[in-house]
Amino acid sequence: MAMTREQALLEYVLRLGDNALILGQRLTELIAHGPELEEELANANFALDYLGQARMYYAYAGQLEGAGRDEDAFAFLRSDHEYRNLLLVEQPNGHFGDVMMRQFLFENYYVLQLDALTRCDDEHLAAIAARALTEVRYHLRHVSQWIVRLGDGTEESHRRVAESLERLWRYTGEAFASDEVDDVVRDTLQGPDPEELLRTWRKNVKDVLQEATLTMPEDGWMAGGGRQGHHTEHFGYLLAEMQHLQRTHPGAEW
Amino acid sequence: MTGDNWPLYEVFIRSRAGLSHRHAGSVHAADDQMALDHARDVFTRRSEGVSIWVVKSTDIVASDPAESTEFFEPAADKIYRHPTFYTIPDGVDNL
Repeated sequence: MAMTREQALLEYVLRLGDNALILGQRLTELIAHGPELEEELANANFALDYLGQARMYYAYAGQLEGAGRDEDAFAFLRSDHEYRNLLLVEQPNGHFGDVMMRQFLFENYYVLQLDALTRCDDEHLAAIAARALTEVRYHLRHVSQWIVRLGDGTEESHRRVAESLERLWRYTGEAFASDEVDDVVRDTLQGPDPEELLRTWRKNVKDVLQEATLTMPEDGWMAGGGRQGHHTEHFGYLLAEMQHLQRTHPGAEW
Repeated sequence: MTGDNWPLYEVFIRSRAGLSHRHAGSVHAADDQMALDHARDVFTRRSEGVSIWVVKSTDIVASDPAESTEFFEPAADKIYRHPTFYTIPDGVDNL
């Protein structure tokens, strides 16, 4: 049975919410570990931006689903196979270059996705996208500068960030591998076209990598499955930490 | 990576259009663009500004405290330089 527009939209919004929540959680893990006070604050701002975006997506998902689930239910009371985030955003923090590279690769995709969504036929989603876009454009500016600084920096910074790029590249394909959800959102809601996003993404990523004297890796085998709920081994630990409070004290509030 | 290696920048923020930039504080940064980003993240998190200037602290030419007597004291007894004989109209807050 073909997927309805409503089903696809709900699934799509949850994917957006899960990307935001999981990357936000990864960045939150870095709180108090920043290399400099100023960079610490920048990172904390990014993490909070993502948590704020996740709330908007989940609140809307709850409304679309109509089954009484609220933001907390989506964020804290699902198990790992129910999360639809990209494998890229759940990758462990590693060193500073890894953190910057993960965010650089993801946000180059995310800004294009958001930009396209501001023109989609679903007004509520378009409004969320417009708001998130201003935040993520700034993030991307910040992390792109870091990619150039590290790539075109010292011998060691170049070597290490080049390794980050090589290691994370296999997780970049998933964002553009369209399935039925993407097709329905594109065809019935004027949503993003993954193929078009990929073309622009490659160009934008390549431009910055070139400035950073880094070589864009060859496209080899690409990992996938995150959006279908098949996550990497790191994911369970992330969830355990993130959900600990709600699982131990169900319904706890501030 | 330590703060010692990154130069200090002074941050000036214009809180809204029509006002002038005011010194807000300082940040450490490796280059000019990073200084701007850091100033934005540290000093405008609660919508405190619409424009930011950053300048390397070492590029600021400052008056010497040892010379403050000849620098500033001569102005102290020249009351006629103060426009104290005018009343400021209501509604002018930022003169």
